[in-house]
Amino acid sequence: MATQPSSDLTRRTAAQLSEALRAGEVTSVEVTQAHLDRIAAVDGAVHAFLHVSAEEALATAREVDARRAAGEELHPLAGVPIAVKDVVVTKGLPTTAGSKILEGWVPPYDATLVERLRAAGLPILGKTNMDEFAMGSSTEHSAYGTTHNPWDLDRIPGGSGGGSAAALAAYEAPLAIGTDTGGSIRQPGAVTGTVGVKPTYGGVSRYGLIALASSLDQAGPVTRTVLDSALLHEVIGGHDPRDATSLPEDLPGLVAAARAGQGGDLTGVRVGVVDELNGEGYQPGVRARFEESLELLRRAGAEVVHVSCPHFGHALAAYYLILPSEASSNLAKFDGMRFGLRVEPTEGTVTAERVMAATRGQGFGDEVKRRIILGTYALSAGYYDAYYGSAQKVRTLIQQDFAAAFEQADVLVSPTAPTTAFRLGEKLDDPLAMYLNDVATIPANLAGVPGMSVPNGLSEDGLPVGFQILAPARADDRLYRVGAALETLLEREWGGPLLNRAPELATEGTTR
Amino acid sequence: MSTISREEVARLAGLARIDLTESELTRLAGELDVIVDSVAKVSEIATEDVAATSHPLPLTNVFRADVPEEPLPVADALAGAPSAEGGRFAVPQILEED
Repeated sequence: MATQPSSDLTRRTAAQLSEALRAGEVTSVEVTQAHLDRIAAVDGAVHAFLHVSAEEALATAREVDARRAAGEELHPLAGVPIAVKDVVVTKGLPTTAGSKILEGWVPPYDATLVERLRAAGLPILGKTNMDEFAMGSSTEHSAYGTTHNPWDLDRIPGGSGGGSAAALAAYEAPLAIGTDTGGSIRQPGAVTGTVGVKPTYGGVSRYGLIALASSLDQAGPVTRTVLDSALLHEVIGGHDPRDATSLPEDLPGLVAAARAGQGGDLTGVRVGVVDELNGEGYQPGVRARFEESLELLRRAGAEVVHVSCPHFGHALAAYYLILPSEASSNLAKFDGMRFGLRVEPTEGTVTAERVMAATRGQGFGDEVKRRIILGTYALSAGYYDAYYGSAQKVRTLIQQDFAAAFEQADVLVSPTAPTTAFRLGEKLDDPLAMYLNDVATIPANLAGVPGMSVPNGLSEDGLPVGFQILAPARADDRLYRVGAALETLLEREWGGPLLNRAPELATEGTTR
Repeated sequence: MSTISREEVARLAGLARIDLTESELTRLAGELDVIVDSVAKVSEIATEDVAATSHPLPLTNVFRADVPEEPLPVADALAGAPSAEGGRFAVPQILEED
């Protein structure tokens, strides 16, 4: 839809800002300052950011403006500011992963994806809030206070990347980085009415991500439009020799796929509905919006078929064995010796071993302790075969389900999350109920396939729901084609982006 | 079905090097019981004929170009350490004396 770019710079998409910057209509300093002002005005209520790097962002913006003025050829996104999830290390900017054990830590190096953002000239606005070490689905497990959903400040913004998604929904940033181990990009996208993409495993370097579960983690774009995700994905993606799991192939054309999809034509595309990811446990409004979108895809020429993935019912169980097992090993490095917190026991001999235990006892939050103990149990002698070994077999069966389904369909689809955003505190005392939020997103991580969540309208409670698209490994371009088509078709019906219907946030200095 | 006792949680916490308070031990024993009961269903379909997958997209023989790179400067590596001395990490005594 050819809408006029808003006069308010924070309401524009990254693609629109890129055009305005290249046309010399605005400067990066103006764009960056507008977002810093917005953060100052609304982040007291939203709490999407753990750290705002105003000076550094403005310095980058000034540099980009000077280079552009000098006629240098710059990256199309040069000068468009971005927020980065706090699990990604940033040289010179505090990085905590939402944990007290890393409070005040300033990394001495950049993650590869951050190097790429800097090389492309994107000013970094700051670091976004998250569940501690990305363990959670609500951002309530952050050691620094929860983030609030801009649609309703009493509700969760999803998690673990609730800060990045909320920053987009509250117009505090035009782009953000998230990480997705079991749904931490897609589920926050669904509940905040934003777009989130988990690339194919290995499609974006993991070097410099504070690892949660190394065989599942993947960083990706958090944006308000599908095209913006494609633009960002092309900046951060591609082979990295510093990550041994990084795919050697070039990325498929993602921006081109998104632009093709914006035409709204899906003639000949086979869309597979995963029957196991719909139905019981899914809120009526979530299901209704999903069915309506399937009808839109049909009308756009897609052939909608139903596929069965019989082992997906065991995905959640496998995930909650594999993830804690890998996490218990990855988090062993937080030992109070080389970085972060060190706590010395108050009595007895101060040995390294006792310092480790005291440091971890004080520095880790409840959910982190829960998962490390669970992982230690699953990996311990006598239980390994029954738990971790079995979970790895389930992983094989889930991969086989995907392989069979992708013989019948080019993409698979489902609701992104079973419900809309729940109230803060509602599931905090029930770990299993919290884990169920990721039931539809987890299979993709277990198999390494890419996934996207696109805003799919409002449920009966007036809160946003998401439409999930999954594609075969290395075929991320299909997500962008189908996602952009659906976005175009839905926005034609709505008369504009879904986020236009979010309530205006009170700004600092005014009353709600 | 009770599978994880309070004592078992204490043993696991020792292995994981995490000091837990008495109330944490009690709470975790209850919670882990529920979680383990739920995730144990993986064994229903994990039959002997199914191979295990450890990595979603396995790659083999991954090497980077054999070109020397600048290492992290020692001062940078030590900058975030709780304690450092003489260009090294300073840590508490490793062995307990008597």
